Amino acid sequence: MNRIAQAFASKKNLLNTYFTAGYPSLHDTIPLAKSLVEAGADILEIGMPFSDPLADGPVIQGSNSVALANGMNLPVLFEQLKELRIAVPTTPVLLMGYLNPVMQFGIENFLQRAAEAGIDGLILPDLPLDEYEEQYHALFQQYGLKAVFLITPQTSEARIRRLDALSDAFLYLVSGPGTTGGTTLPDAEAQQQYFERLAGMNLNSPRLIGFGIADKAGFDRACQYADGAIIGSALIRALDGAEDAPAAAARFVQGITSPSDPLSK
Amino acid sequence: MTSYQQPTARGYYGEFGGAFVPEMLYPNVEELRTRYFDILADPAFQAELHQLLRDYVGRPTPLFEAKRLSAKYGTRVFLKREDLCHTGAHKINNTVGQILLAKRLGKQRIIAETGAGQHGVATATVCALMGLPCVVYMGAVDMERQAPNVARMRLLGAEVRRAESGSQTLKDATNEAIRDWIANPVDTHYIIGSVVGPHPYPDLVARLQAVISEEMRKQLLEQTGTELPNYVVACVGGGSNAAGAFYHFLDEPSVRLVAVEAAGHGVDTGHSAATSVLGKPGIIHGSRTLLMQDEHGQITEPYSLSAGLDYPGIGPLHAHLGTSGRAEFIAITDDEALAAVSELSRLEGIIPALETAHALAALGQLGAGPEEVVVVNLSGRGDKDLETYLKNLEKLI
Repeated sequence: MNRIAQAFASKKNLLNTYFTAGYPSLHDTIPLAKSLVEAGADILEIGMPFSDPLADGPVIQGSNSVALANGMNLPVLFEQLKELRIAVPTTPVLLMGYLNPVMQFGIENFLQRAAEAGIDGLILPDLPLDEYEEQYHALFQQYGLKAVFLITPQTSEARIRRLDALSDAFLYLVSGPGTTGGTTLPDAEAQQQYFERLAGMNLNSPRLIGFGIADKAGFDRACQYADGAIIGSALIRALDGAEDAPAAAARFVQGITSPSDPLSK
Repeated sequence: MTSYQQPTARGYYGEFGGAFVPEMLYPNVEELRTRYFDILADPAFQAELHQLLRDYVGRPTPLFEAKRLSAKYGTRVFLKREDLCHTGAHKINNTVGQILLAKRLGKQRIIAETGAGQHGVATATVCALMGLPCVVYMGAVDMERQAPNVARMRLLGAEVRRAESGSQTLKDATNEAIRDWIANPVDTHYIIGSVVGPHPYPDLVARLQAVISEEMRKQLLEQTGTELPNYVVACVGGGSNAAGAFYHFLDEPSVRLVAVEAAGHGVDTGHSAATSVLGKPGIIHGSRTLLMQDEHGQITEPYSLSAGLDYPGIGPLHAHLGTSGRAEFIAITDDEALAAVSELSRLEGIIPALETAHALAALGQLGAGPEEVVVVNLSGRGDKDLETYLKNLEKLI
């Protein structure tokens, strides 16, 4: 059983945390990974910074810009990831990013280096499904890398079924319209119907809800409808200006996963 | 014979094109892809479009034989007067078509990006005409250097939103518009202003701009006795005016197609927007095309004095025309473009847009003979650039 499947088999209500490689400083990647896992994160999503991250909001875009200015790029990241499996031996780790830097690195070279580093899966939101299926699915499998696909409230049932069949990791349920880190509360009723519709489809793949989940309340709510949640922008905000980024990351995760205090409101 | 006009079913021109969009955009783009062709082909749509193009836009635009310019370059130079379109540029050909498309798609809100402001003004104009709310994203830098167009958009009732990220120019305005579309996937239509973006936009915009070359052929037949010129010259940022000017000549190999890019301070200076020279295949705004980027695939900041040309990519059709050799690419510096502004103003009494001036500045490099016919697509008028021209008076005189 691979690390992703193992994680879903062993626990409910998984917390997947996203952070941008090279943020807040160039060499934070491995210390942050270690700290997040020790504090209770179940899955790690490491962002590969890009100059024009279209699906992301201002917080993650800002962290991408800082990371690039710090000198982060794929050769540097893969060098850092040599320490990944020493720091976090059993936690599933995904790389998330946009296609252009991956294409410039060379997709097969990228897959090989990711596999060597012990990466479990990839989230490449602008990789078209048709092209993945025809050109890359076999290559991903060859290197033992799992693909994660996004689903939105507008995704048709037929396409959800197709994504579910192709998925060998989990489905990433985008919580509502908008880019990452949105602060406006989407239509709560429509959102609930969407989550319930997905929950009722008897999909093979586990589901994590992401986009706009910022705190314990949001995480707990997501867990009612799915196998857990993904938190990115709120974590990046917690790292912003922190003197000790790994410590700030740990505090943030503990705030999400700590048992609710029955006396607090 | 393969046609340069037609992309494949997935929107590829050669190796360029496609639809590289995140899932959040997939339903919007897919809706457009499955419906645009039938809507465009509908006779009722065509009738409404043609009436608006004639009575509102002012088409057909004249094809003017510029005698004094011809004498200077020793060839026959014709100017396709898109500057005489309502709102002062070719951009409105596309926005009129897309607003009619948006209505048929049942959309209630329009968004757009703009660089020089011409596409933003054209979009704000058709939204006013149709009574639809309009939000235009514009880079903060471009808002400064194209202030009159910002004022025009606001007067027309559009909301102009500043794009503050990156270089604060067209690329960043496009990013912000795409993010707006992601946040408003159901009720909003995104009117892209150039032959860029995911399939079907490059094909859609090219078809709507193709009216330019359709008219050119008829007008050339009347004025020269033949439909086919020797050269068609147009500037390329994303490439919409060039796509329109080239469209009905793409599959006529005797016609030399010349695409003129902005060299900025010079192609090798690090301050340039000459994508065909400086770009490598990559993915920007949903399509695979030639793209200015660093060795790690990060998109680099283009430079041109002209706000309409400083885009780090070009449309996938143009990338294909360039790499296949069907079109020739020429790069023109800021200073050469400014000299062309002065030249056209004084020789023909027409003040061109700074973007268009790049195409005009290529006239001296064509080597066209005295009996040959050169058509330059005069894509826009220079009123919006007066402040830039005033700041550079010493280069204009």
